[in-house]
Amino acid sequence: MTANQRILCRVSAACLLTLFLAGQQAMAGRLTVHEFTLANGLKVLLVEEHKAPVITVQIWYKVGSRNEVMGRAGLSHMLEHMMFKGTPKYGKGEFSKIIEKNGGNDNAFTSQDYTAYFENLAADKLELALEMEADRMQGLLLDEKEFKLEREVVKEERRLRVEDVPMAYLVEEMHAQAFMVHPYHWPIIGWFNDLDAMTREDLKAYYEKYYVPNNATLVIAGDVKAETAMALVKKYFEGIPQGSPPPPPSVVEPQQRGERRIVVKRDAQLPFIYFGYKVPNFKSADVHALAVLENILSTGKSARLYDSLVYRKKLALQVGAGYDDLAADPELFTFYATVKPGMNIADVEKAVLAEIERLKKEPPTDHELQKAKHQVEARYLFEQDSVFRQAMLLGTAETVGAGWQYVADYVDKLRGITKEDVHRVAKKYLNEDARTVGILMPVPSRSERAEAARGAR
Amino acid sequence: MIRAALLLAALVWDGFFVGASDAAEIKPTRTVTENGMTVLIVDQPSLPIVTVDVLMKAGAVYDPDAKAGLAYMVAEMLDEGTKTRSATQIAEQIEFIGGELSTEGGEDNATARLRILRKDADIGFTLLADILRHPKFDPKEVARVRDELVGSLQSEKDEPGTIATKAFNELVFKGHPYRRPANGDEKTVTKLSRQDLVKFHDKFYRPNRAIMAIVGDLREAEALALVKKHFGTWAPKALPLPAFPAPEPLPKPTLKLIDKDLTQATIVLGHVGIARRNPDFYAVAVMNYILGGGGFSSRLVHRIREEQGLAYDVGSVFEANVMPGSFAVHVQTRNAASNQALASVLQELKRIRTEPVEDHELADAKAYLIGSFPLRLDTNAKLASLLNLVELHGLGLNYFDEYPKAIAAVTKEDVLRVAQKYINPDRYALVVVAKLAEAKIDANVVSITK
Repeated sequence: MTANQRILCRVSAACLLTLFLAGQQAMAGRLTVHEFTLANGLKVLLVEEHKAPVITVQIWYKVGSRNEVMGRAGLSHMLEHMMFKGTPKYGKGEFSKIIEKNGGNDNAFTSQDYTAYFENLAADKLELALEMEADRMQGLLLDEKEFKLEREVVKEERRLRVEDVPMAYLVEEMHAQAFMVHPYHWPIIGWFNDLDAMTREDLKAYYEKYYVPNNATLVIAGDVKAETAMALVKKYFEGIPQGSPPPPPSVVEPQQRGERRIVVKRDAQLPFIYFGYKVPNFKSADVHALAVLENILSTGKSARLYDSLVYRKKLALQVGAGYDDLAADPELFTFYATVKPGMNIADVEKAVLAEIERLKKEPPTDHELQKAKHQVEARYLFEQDSVFRQAMLLGTAETVGAGWQYVADYVDKLRGITKEDVHRVAKKYLNEDARTVGILMPVPSRSERAEAARGAR
Repeated sequence: MIRAALLLAALVWDGFFVGASDAAEIKPTRTVTENGMTVLIVDQPSLPIVTVDVLMKAGAVYDPDAKAGLAYMVAEMLDEGTKTRSATQIAEQIEFIGGELSTEGGEDNATARLRILRKDADIGFTLLADILRHPKFDPKEVARVRDELVGSLQSEKDEPGTIATKAFNELVFKGHPYRRPANGDEKTVTKLSRQDLVKFHDKFYRPNRAIMAIVGDLREAEALALVKKHFGTWAPKALPLPAFPAPEPLPKPTLKLIDKDLTQATIVLGHVGIARRNPDFYAVAVMNYILGGGGFSSRLVHRIREEQGLAYDVGSVFEANVMPGSFAVHVQTRNAASNQALASVLQELKRIRTEPVEDHELADAKAYLIGSFPLRLDTNAKLASLLNLVELHGLGLNYFDEYPKAIAAVTKEDVLRVAQKYINPDRYALVVVAKLAEAKIDANVVSITK
């Protein structure tokens, strides 16, 4: 599983695709990125890639659950859904239908830090996507009746993704515990109560505040000449007036002083543990060492966690670690494990912690370091197989504030990491006092309890 | 490890919607080696990487009933040790060079996938050939993997979609191997022995049962030389294949209700569909796009999600396999809305069988299916897996030219005809996994279609 459900999508198929990306690193050293900024502040990134006659158009708004306020969790994602409900020019549901009958696929996704919309199309349909994205940057209808209907759809999405999925439920609770003040506290999809309390006016104010060209990045990658694309971008986006710069969120999570631990008891088959340490994001010089650390622990069957917990000790069905450096504010370095039937959750936790302690006690081997670097370099090339993924990576880096150059420089920076760097960051960050632990403890279901009670009588 | 649930099934179907105008761009070559392996190659030099997909005709359909899960476990065991490399060594060797090697068991086939840098192609082929040809099935590893598979089966009981699909297939494919989950069940998997695995592998993992697609930065001659070097001495073996009886049709709408403490009901409704080789495939593709395959353009999404706000996820899928797979409508809605959602599904099934589709619906469906061609082939990985399916189903390398023509030729009459022929309102299976006390499924709901 993807341990941290940081991204939500409007329909599920595309979500499978994007979830593979969440928490993944890749880089673009070989890429040539053309960067422009229009007079109204819209930033444009263009990548020419002529391998296949396709193009991806992605518009990234710097707004996500991080920008929400207490009591309105899920507003960004709700607005994402409403972006398909029409403008004066293209009515309800028209957007996707027009893209589809032009042989394209479109969708959107919302994270803690951004909301992004994309169209994947044959390269000659670029203009259509630009025209329609420019159109919905202004004048969204936000019809009251449509909002109320779509809110029910989002509640169904919450049931599907969280309420009836024990592990996802635990992940949500753990984050709420790890971040007490910062908006990373609440889930991207929101709580039922907040969804019910939301109004059309909330959405309208939010839309007007954040959906302005100076708060967005347009990424285009694929089979098009930069000049051609740029002319079209200007044609459709130049006329959109600049907005007031949206205020950056100002909440800072206070320092954690001591381990926090929560338990969720519910009907589930197997115990599951998910825990995380507060770590810095891309703004820190330690970011590349943390990425190598993650690789050594978690990438592949030869990585330490799988080798120890699944292969040698046979304690877990799955185990892994995740570090998302491209978060706008510092996030967590996470670990997860599903307990193998018959095994004990406490032993699983101990075994994961033992691997963490080992890296704090002594640096990794030269061989492990080299392997991690090879993996990152290869993945960098593999990622480029898809223009969609390339564009997504650039869009993420740009939107969270790292800048797309962060992606371009990534492999080189990573090559410079030493064993001692990895050892040092393990000691610096993977400490008990900065840890929040979530445990899913299965309890018999209602029907099983009833059955047991009958049997006892 | 975990078997594809409904959503993944939808993606598999999606893979077939290839086709089209820019065929000149994709020029695969096809070679059958002396030992009977079919090799499809696309030279794609834009990045220094290579993708290799091997499809083995060694799927779960060949499992004896009492050994359900055998083919799946064989696939899982391939990279868990060979005669000359331990499981750890295999993982270490491929991962040290940043490569990816994976295996997966399915209903009709098993798949092995390799992704590697061009400069490491020889090491990649070495490992790929080793795991396919010489798995050791070490007793220690067999015991461990078997425990893991049983654990995964237990874990699946938390997945309403998987529970529903399993129950649905059992009803729909009575008397046919598709009724069993590819990964078996706890009872059968627990009993699988090393000997079972060895025998299955010896029988089914043969070059004459393999299709290999190589896409990436290799010239055809380079690719063929690698194939010869690593697979040339693999001995073929002819195999009399079992004939599978057609599934017994359901006599009437058949309901299966499964109680679980959930907030949402998972509903699956359908019956046996079509095989990929069925000449009506293209008309069915258009029809199903309009019904429930076409995302936001489809009637089911429009009716159930957009008009009533009843579901996040709703759609219909024809799994066009080697043999006829299922036709299934799936929807998840809050328990209390189950009957309302179900009534809408049944009304849409009735409508597509009784009224011709609108002109614009037909035109839009065809425009999407034909126009989205380039998106189906825009990565090495997508192209490789598609090439294997084209070969498996005998569609021919001119498929890339023929597909758009076949879609373009579909008429309104065809759509109505295939809806009437392949959607049956009297003999379907309906599975609901829900908190039944809240869902209160109305058994009379079936009468709506009459």
